[in-house]
Amino acid sequence: MRKILQKIKLPILALVVALFVSGLLIAFSDPKVLALKGDPLSMIAKALSIAGSAYWALFRGSIYDPQLADTGFFGGLYPLSETIVVSTPLILTGLAVALAFKAGLFNIGAQGQFIVGAIGASYVGFTFELPIVLHALAAIVAAIVCAGLYGGFVGLLKARTGAHEVIVTIMLNYVASYFLLWLLSTKAFLREGRMDPIAPEVLESSRLPRLAGQDYRLHAGIFIALLAAAAVWWLLNRSTLGFKFRAVGANAKASRTAGISVAKSTTFVMVISGALAGLGGAVHILGADHALTNEVGGSFGFDAITVALLGRATPLGTVLAALLFGALRAGGLTMQATTETPLDIVLIIQALVVLFIAAPAVIKAIFRLKNVEEGQAIGSKGWNG
Amino acid sequence: MSLELRGITKRFGALTANDAIDLKVESGEIHAILGENGAGKSTLMNIVYGLLAPDEGTISVDNKVLKIESPLDALAAGIGMVHQHFMLIPVFTVAENIVLGHEKVKGPGFLDLERARREILRVSAEFNFDVDPDALVEDLPVGIQQRVEIIRALIYDAKVLILDEPTAVLTPQETDELLRNMKKLRDQGTAIVFITHKLREVREAADKITIIRRGKVVGTASPTASQEELASLMVGRPVSLDVEKNAPKLGGIALDVRNLTVRDYTGRALVKNVSFSISDGEILAVAGVQGNGQSELAEAIVGLQEHIEGEITLDGKNLAGVSVRKALHSGIAFIPESREEDGLISSFSIEENLILDLHDLPPFSNGSAISQVAVAENGVKRVAEFDIRALSPKDPASSLSGGNKQKVVLARELSRPVRLVVASQPTRGLDVGSIEFVHERIIAERDSGRAVLLFSTELDEVVGLADRIAVMYRGEFIAIVPADTSREELGLLMAGVKR
Amino acid sequence: MSSFNPKNMSAPERRKFRGLITMLVLSLFALIAFAYMPKEGAPVTYGFVLGGEWVLLKEWIINSKTASTLFAILALVTTFLAIFLFKIKRSSRIVSFIFGASFLMSFLSWAASGKFVPFTGLLQGALLLSVPLIFGAMAGVISERSGVINIAIEGQLLAGAFVSGVLASLFANNWIGLFFAPFAGALIALLLAVFAIKYGIDQVILGFVLNVLVIGLTNFFYKKLLIPYQSEWNSAVAFVPIEIPLLSKIPVIGPIFFAQSIIVYLMYIVVTLIHITLFKSKWGLRTRAVGEHPTAAESVGINVNRLRFKNVILAGAIAGLGGAFFTLGAVGSFSKEMTAGKGFIALAALIFGRWSPMGAVAAALIFGFADNLQGLLTIIGTPIPSEFMLMAPYIATIIAVSGFIGKVRAPAADGIPYKRGGGSR
Ligand SMILES: Nc1ncnc2c1ncn2[C@@H]1O[C@H](COP(=O)(O)OP(=O)(O)O)[C@@H](O)[C@H]1O
Ligand SMILES: [Mg+2]
Repeated sequence: MRKILQKIKLPILALVVALFVSGLLIAFSDPKVLALKGDPLSMIAKALSIAGSAYWALFRGSIYDPQLADTGFFGGLYPLSETIVVSTPLILTGLAVALAFKAGLFNIGAQGQFIVGAIGASYVGFTFELPIVLHALAAIVAAIVCAGLYGGFVGLLKARTGAHEVIVTIMLNYVASYFLLWLLSTKAFLREGRMDPIAPEVLESSRLPRLAGQDYRLHAGIFIALLAAAAVWWLLNRSTLGFKFRAVGANAKASRTAGISVAKSTTFVMVISGALAGLGGAVHILGADHALTNEVGGSFGFDAITVALLGRATPLGTVLAALLFGALRAGGLTMQATTETPLDIVLIIQALVVLFIAAPAVIKAIFRLKNVEEGQAIGSKGWNG
Repeated sequence: MSLELRGITKRFGALTANDAIDLKVESGEIHAILGENGAGKSTLMNIVYGLLAPDEGTISVDNKVLKIESPLDALAAGIGMVHQHFMLIPVFTVAENIVLGHEKVKGPGFLDLERARREILRVSAEFNFDVDPDALVEDLPVGIQQRVEIIRALIYDAKVLILDEPTAVLTPQETDELLRNMKKLRDQGTAIVFITHKLREVREAADKITIIRRGKVVGTASPTASQEELASLMVGRPVSLDVEKNAPKLGGIALDVRNLTVRDYTGRALVKNVSFSISDGEILAVAGVQGNGQSELAEAIVGLQEHIEGEITLDGKNLAGVSVRKALHSGIAFIPESREEDGLISSFSIEENLILDLHDLPPFSNGSAISQVAVAENGVKRVAEFDIRALSPKDPASSLSGGNKQKVVLARELSRPVRLVVASQPTRGLDVGSIEFVHERIIAERDSGRAVLLFSTELDEVVGLADRIAVMYRGEFIAIVPADTSREELGLLMAGVKR
Repeated sequence: MSSFNPKNMSAPERRKFRGLITMLVLSLFALIAFAYMPKEGAPVTYGFVLGGEWVLLKEWIINSKTASTLFAILALVTTFLAIFLFKIKRSSRIVSFIFGASFLMSFLSWAASGKFVPFTGLLQGALLLSVPLIFGAMAGVISERSGVINIAIEGQLLAGAFVSGVLASLFANNWIGLFFAPFAGALIALLLAVFAIKYGIDQVILGFVLNVLVIGLTNFFYKKLLIPYQSEWNSAVAFVPIEIPLLSKIPVIGPIFFAQSIIVYLMYIVVTLIHITLFKSKWGLRTRAVGEHPTAAESVGINVNRLRFKNVILAGAIAGLGGAFFTLGAVGSFSKEMTAGKGFIALAALIFGRWSPMGAVAAALIFGFADNLQGLLTIIGTPIPSEFMLMAPYIATIIAVSGFIGKVRAPAADGIPYKRGGGSR
């Protein structure tokens, strides 16, 4: 227990500080607060009330909303279901990035892989007519294959030519976005009667079952995500392949000298990483969105990086971090709608949390801590590494 | 001028690398600091040169205590240093390297290299150094690179010149020449601090000797002291300087290499047309100055080099172009040059490091999952067998000392079925006890009938262990000679002078 | 043809060989697809501006099929020239450049068949699109040459754009906006410097997170202040272009290069200064030294981390200045995420140009040209979907880092934090 507490102390304190700083930003960028310049006391009171109401909206939008509780306690939990819906793809993309981290690779390309996966799932979902479970399975497999290849390409390129995965994945993210944009303008993907970039809805038979009735978007994808987290844990900590991944990640030269093929490891990791991100895209299309749009990627792939960093690249940590960021995203929408606080404050909170975790010195100084568990720093190898 | 150190102490975490060291060096003398690897010599000199800050102690020059916080302060105080690992920028020219940090400018801030060129040529001529100011450093052999460092110290008017293990990269003849130049400088009034662990050189060149062991000054000696005396002071117990071994019992040919050429990615040949063979029960030692293609040759044999031409066969089976894994599993044990970089994964536990090569084979793996039990059992067994000093096999390899790290590498590599041992600088940086362990192990392998290919830049090691000696120069086997060849002759061969 | 057996080649030779094959395939492709395949051509009109005034227009009308054939053949000729140079073991950048230009022209003549191409405008627009890329790439050069990876170029550009736009609007004075843009970029760079140099955090991750932070901050303020209070906070207008007397009258070149906004002239100065100082000055020597071998630099008394710190901040300031171009150099007011990934293309240009200032400028110009060409083709309508044109710089970068154009090697210590007192053992 104490050990767990030690482990989560730093992330929690980082979150607290990030929320505090963002709170200041919310309050002191508000003209109503600034108008009280002459009167410090009421200014502080106003600031507190504005930041407070923003965070209250954040809570209502992400966990529990008493105003929705007229149908009983569970009605009030609708926001939590939304949090899980947003977190589900985040868990998967986060796992994609985390796995690559452990193998010494920085996969910035989860965004592109997510998109490619979503394209694959969507295409199979609206084109073929298959029996119920089978259809969903086929769509998921399509996503995994497409995204696995897309990710694997990066690994192969790195293994064969030394092209740095960070550069290649950044570039491939753009390629995927433009490719999606183009696809959505082609006959095959354009929904009948629509001019805007939106594909037909995937057929009923391919959709993931909803878990709490049609009023809630909560779908079975969360189980897929949790299963994937367990699988990644096993892969990394128990499997032979995972041993290779970790070995190459920790010291590629020594691994090569001991006969482990770095090229194969790099390629496989990127295939699996891409497949995980693509699975995220599939789950999101088949479970929540049902139709491919040019904005399907949202920021699942980019948030994945902060998720994996916050989760210290471990599967459990990634799941927890994804839930947190999912909550921020879901709650941020309510906050934006009901208060004057833009959703983008969520980005600021994310960035700050990760910064503070990466540099524990700041947190240590603020809270005058001596020993917090810092965990391993990730990477720092430079372009030639 | 005189340099005096008082009570210098430096700790790295729990390790005390320098423990209250006192030292006094006068101008016009060569003061040797003798100590085995890891004794703390470089640490002490880096402190004097301002690269490390001492935890305690003072440095004074001409009886004035100086604050040396950066190399600038040291240079200003007239202290120059030739580093164990050269401090030169490979992609710069000699002149650029020399002006770096002391740039002269002309016009609106443009670099002026002219003056540096002239100075380089002047010093170069005085000491017969033959250094081209406009050559790129990365194109120069290590011996010349060292001269660049010496020139730099002299141009900046060093009154105290520190040389940290300068002979490690030189041939015996180059060493003699360096020692001559050191004496010449001494006679001109320079104080010279000469760091080494080689007894012969100390006795030949030093005026005074200070011996350091485990971070402490354990005594001084005069150059007339015998090698045995110096050695036991250095190590702390009597040591036998000779390796004991019986005459070899040769078997059939194990490794056969024909016309092997190894290129780097730019196509430059690093190993040129090398042919040799080793019999069972024989040690072939490859001598040569560092950077003459030894590492690449060793790597080529185990499949770590990509661009190779020629034939490599072990027991008649082809090894050229096969994967590292295939090479290792066809019976090669490989001790790489750098334990830290190539031998071990320092964040992995000792037991994991012991199965790096076998992790996907039974009993450690059932094909998909790793058997934690088998890994742990193997760990306990090997740690005992090779006397690896660790609290637990589950500790990270980074917690081990250099010697014990090397034992982990040995334990792993020698527990496969072995036909050939390829050992690259297996004792580099080790303390004497560990060196003895490694030597015994290598001889044991040979005596049990295995072929051994040993690469070493330490001539003593080569002469002590070899049954035959190959000398490598600029990528070629310039000669393969019997083990009793004289040092002078080996030295000439190492410098590329053929018979 | 024995020298063409790839088995006998060294790796760089093989890479060059692959490059030649690519050139050959592209030329033949141009010959077939642009010149041979179209049934019959239609006239293409290339418009040139010869003087400072747009009315002085000169037109060059040519049948598209003829033009495509001409340029495809020119591409083929340069390819053979390159092969010849390869055989005598030489290579020339100019040849590659002419090849690229001919191929593009062959393509353009085909794509714009029957249309009007304002050629001067095309190049002028290309330059404008390149401006932020060039500033960004220069920021990359300075930072990475001294050993700190700068993925935060995007954030620095965005910060510069935001601050310059907002301040110019608040004070109704563009000069104030322009003056503070570098400070905005430098502020982001300060964070990069502190966390990367002082705390030794992975620089790629850090740069990424800083981008997120800047995007978050600018979006936040944009929605909270710039939209609701637009007339006060976001109503800057762009600088008017300044025509340089005489120079701007040079035919073709004049209007492209010397009738631009002040920020473009600042860019010329910045690029020239960096190119000269990096290779010829004391600062440049030291900068390259700490990027290649920091311990060696330290051993001659250079304070590695201080120099890196200064350079990272300087780099941020340059990127921030470049950011001002998005607002004050182009449209005046700020809009959400208006840098739209240009920082990453600048990074690509840096790598494409192998970390050299001039190489990066050339790459940025090419990327800018491709971008503008895509814009033009979307307007006049072509057979190629514009999305694929938009992908071009990204794909080109992937090809570049995969070594088709020779091995790209970053400064040896780029991205590796330096700890003082490591010393040598
Ligand atoms: N920067 C450092 N950090 C931690 N330990 C170090 C460092 N430098 C040297 N050491 C350790 O200090 C001891 C003395 O090293 P060194 O001075 O290089 O020995 P020598 O030059 O006599 O061979 C060794 O055990 C070495 O591992
Ligand atoms: Mg030393």
